[in-house]
Formats: sequence, C-alpha cells, structure tokens
Amino acid sequence: MSSAIYGGTTVEVNDEGFFEDPGKWTEAMAPEIAKAQGIDVLTEHHWQVIKFMRAEYIEKGSGPTVRVLGKTSGVSIKELYQLFPKGPAKTAAKIAGIPKPRGCI
Amino acid sequence: MSDPIEKVSIIVSKGSLEGVYPALIMANGARAEGIEANLFFTFFGLDVIHRSTIDHIKVATVGNPGLHLATIAGGLPGMSSVMTHYLEKKMEKLDIPPIPEFVEMIADTGAGIYACKASTDLFELGEEDLIDQVMDIITVGEFFAMAAGGEIIFT
Repeated sequence: MSSAIYGGTTVEVNDEGFFEDPGKWTEAMAPEIAKAQGIDVLTEHHWQVIKFMRAEYIEKGSGPTVRVLGKTSGVSIKELYQLFPKGPAKTAAKIAGIPKPRGCI
Repeated sequence: MSDPIEKVSIIVSKGSLEGVYPALIMANGARAEGIEANLFFTFFGLDVIHRSTIDHIKVATVGNPGLHLATIAGGLPGMSSVMTHYLEKKMEKLDIPPIPEFVEMIADTGAGIYACKASTDLFELGEEDLIDQVMDIITVGEFFAMAAGGEIIFT
C-alpha cells in the first residue's frame, strides 16, 4: 500500500494505484488522476464513462468490465478504447476512485 | 515487480470451440489491460475468420478426454452439436459472447486480426472468403516482424 496526493489531499492507493477507500474520492481529483494515466483532458464522454463506473460500483459493489461497459454505458467498445487507450474499464475505474473491475471477458 | 507485458501475439491453430475461446479471451483480456494484441489464424484456426464457418465452431467430442464421455458416444451423429449447444447456453448465462460477436468485439478493441498465408494457400482461400475484420493475409516472416519485442502464444 502507498499513498498519492490528488487535489491537495493524501489518499491511500494499492500497488496498482487504485483507491483503497472509494469514499475518499471526489470529482475534483479525477483530472489529476487522469493526467497521471496519460489523459490530458477529460471530455464529456470520458465523464460519461467515469460516472457510469462509479454509479455501477456504488450499486453493485464492483465496477463493470469492458464488455459490460460496451453494452450498458451508451459508449461503444471502439470509442471506449479511443477514450481510454490503456484499457477502458481499468483506467476509468482508477480515475473514478473505485477498485479494478474483476472479470475475464 | 517484473516488467509488465506490453505486447502479445496469439496464434490460433485449432478450429474447435475449446481451442478457440482461450485465445479470444486472452486477446480481449490483453487489450483490457492496455496490452497491444494481435491474433494470427492458421490451419484449422482459419475457420474462425472464414465467413462460412465462423458461426459453426463446435466442441470436439471425440479424442477429448476432458469431456469424460466414452469415445463411442462422442462419435454418435449430432453429439458435437448437442455438446456445443449445451456449452453455448452456459456461456450465454455468463455473458461470454458467441464467437462471431467476440471476434468483432476484439477487432473493436484495436487488436489486429491476421490470416496465415501458408494456410490460406493450402485451403485455397482469398481475402473475399474471410470476414471483414481480417486486416491482412501475412507470411510467417511478416508475423515474426510484427511480433518482435512481445510475447508469442501458440494455441
């Protein structure tokens, strides 16, 4: 476990950089986390995915995989990879302050 | 921690359902992790990217001890279709996509899909016989050039 500073607040993150406590996340932290992931500007479509991830996590206790995102978020698989080239579900979960989604598909 | 894997090249040489899914799952999973992925279809693996066979990939019910089915029973007419149907139903429940949809999805993730030239020559196939997602028919030399610097997985 290590820590990171986003928006002037220190938060605990795991070895891969995912929040240990999703409750500590605020929207204001997202742009800074995104930048560290190589995404300089969060567009409306980025936010659509980030907010969807967060809502799914709060409702179901885990974030959706790329397959589920493509079917339910309103953003196609192709566009998801354009928005988050380093893995849509993984990167969006990190920016949304939730744990890495688990699933093989 | 070891250096992360940055690129995988997965060769699919089998045309059975159990021979194809692991490769598709690995390619899709690699992309989900941000890993560059290319799929190469050779020999009977070509069935996966052939327009007329992609929808008819079946489980091998003979010579497949993992099924725990007597060989003589596995050879009965229709057994392969029945077992395939059974597995497909189970996969549907787990939201594992059918092969045509899965291949399309993998292409959408940005993974490359290629056919092996030696195999297309052998089976007398041209680009017009292959699904639209196939980027090119390539030689083994071109494959190695493309795979350079990454991991190669043969299935």
